[in-house]
Amino acid sequence: MNVVVCMKQVPESVTISGVPQGTASVRPQGKMVINPFDMYALEEGIRLKERYGGRVTAISMGPAEAEEALKEAIALGIGEAVLVCDPILEHSDTLATSYVLARCIERLERPDIVICGRQATDGDTGQVAPQLAEQLGLPFLSYVSRIEDISDGRLTAQRLVDEGHQVVQVSLPAVISVVKEINEPRLPSLRGLMQAKKAEIPRWTAPDLGLDVSKVGLDGSPTRVVNVFVPQRSQQGQMLEGSPESQVDQLLEKLRDAKVI
Amino acid sequence: MNEVWIFAEQKDGKLRGVSHELATEGRRLADSLETGLAAVCLGHNVQGVDQLVALGVDRVYLLEDPVLADHNEDVYTTCLVDLVRQHSPQVLLAGATTLGRSFIPRVAARLETGLAANCTGLEIDPQTRSLLQTRPCYGGTLMATVVCPEKRPQVATVRPHVFKKGPSDASRQGEIVRVDFDSSSVTSSTRLIDVIEDMGEKVKLEEADIIVCGGRGLGSPKNFDMLSELAEILGAALGSSRPPVDDGWVPYAYQVGQTGKTVSPKVYFACGISGAPQHLAGMQTSDIVVAINEDPKAPIFDIATYGIVGDLFKIVPLLTARLRQANA
Repeated sequence: MNVVVCMKQVPESVTISGVPQGTASVRPQGKMVINPFDMYALEEGIRLKERYGGRVTAISMGPAEAEEALKEAIALGIGEAVLVCDPILEHSDTLATSYVLARCIERLERPDIVICGRQATDGDTGQVAPQLAEQLGLPFLSYVSRIEDISDGRLTAQRLVDEGHQVVQVSLPAVISVVKEINEPRLPSLRGLMQAKKAEIPRWTAPDLGLDVSKVGLDGSPTRVVNVFVPQRSQQGQMLEGSPESQVDQLLEKLRDAKVI
Repeated sequence: MNEVWIFAEQKDGKLRGVSHELATEGRRLADSLETGLAAVCLGHNVQGVDQLVALGVDRVYLLEDPVLADHNEDVYTTCLVDLVRQHSPQVLLAGATTLGRSFIPRVAARLETGLAANCTGLEIDPQTRSLLQTRPCYGGTLMATVVCPEKRPQVATVRPHVFKKGPSDASRQGEIVRVDFDSSSVTSSTRLIDVIEDMGEKVKLEEADIIVCGGRGLGSPKNFDMLSELAEILGAALGSSRPPVDDGWVPYAYQVGQTGKTVSPKVYFACGISGAPQHLAGMQTSDIVVAINEDPKAPIFDIATYGIVGDLFKIVPLLTARLRQANA
């Protein structure tokens, strides 16, 4: 089994300054971490390696500092890691990012499964995984909550949908995105930490991957962000005072006036 | 002039609520662009397509076949991309449902165009005539407005319940175009084996007009029964914040928040929920938020429409009893 996990380094939290509806600025606060949703993808990749043997490789596109996140992945038990890093890739939107990741994966030993977290906590789009599948010409399974079986070139998995869960079968290779329900990520081991310390993370540039530069970075991205702002909070709230009976009666009156009950 | 399009999602032959919302919103955008509005509907024995016309759609491209009954993302992608290539709409909107968020990115990538996820605001820029797509990021603490200046169509997934379904006019004229579908021409590498409706017969979170949500303040799993009773009498869906799910009190499918589901009902009851930013990210676009918590400093009160500081074990049963009396 050959598994590739895609991951992103994100700020642990951000400070947003600006008045409601006015243009805002965003500043990372605290340390940079592995996108929390990608922790489930990494854990599942490691479990697949433990269960089926083979290799698990983490890849990330980002600045030089993202090497730290890949080292953390190695500390968890990921065997190898690659950082795609080139200033020309900055400001890539999801289409451009998925193009870069696809070309990176094509340079690796052909994976059976590519695993992504369901979305990154900064952009919150959840678009890179399905777009990566498209760029690789592979099937895609979103919101996977349990891998039931892998045999005869097919993966059987449970996925979370609006109605509950579905059991779906997909032919491999395939791209999947995973949700929190799938596992409980482990902590790094002492041995892993030692390995991470001495790990050399290869750094691949746009020329290394033979990228078409018209498809990457700001110029290669079909979308532009034209404004960022702090959302307007809903109307001023009202506290309902008095005895529990009175509070409940006031609430029911408000809801009946609004014709919602 | 190129049309505005909506993807009208169906489930078991019935149009989803978000399809009606998109018909209304799509009409408004098409009017500002002085163009027509079309809907694409894929399914089998789909009911209520006329309703889309009554809400403002000029033309419905309807593809019906047993193969299209279930949501097959490979097949849906091929059908939608083919239609877009034939007719070149300038805008394509779809609901940010499980289906929409899974296959629309693939559609946009195949068309090599831009896509904005989970939009909560759509406007036409008066100067450029481009679609201004506003969407939450950083867990809803920040809004970003995105444009797709050159590539067409401009594609957006739209958060359900944010736009309201408008009045319908049964006398409105529109065209239902039945598009031939050749099931032998499409292949899929995925196969649906089983559906586990583990939310049972209960109201689905994503579809609900009212949601009753419980948090750590409930104290123990059995106290969710108290919320279930309230939910039942309100015809509401039951939800949970993250701690009860992490502690195994209720399944993950109930979780509302950044790591769970995003909801936007008419009324959201937050019971014993403190209101961590990650929870607010999943529910803060609700029309009315009712917060019940014993801690007056809980952040949930900052976004609540109506706040009750008190013992939820008194307030909730009282609320249920009053509603029962009223219904009797």
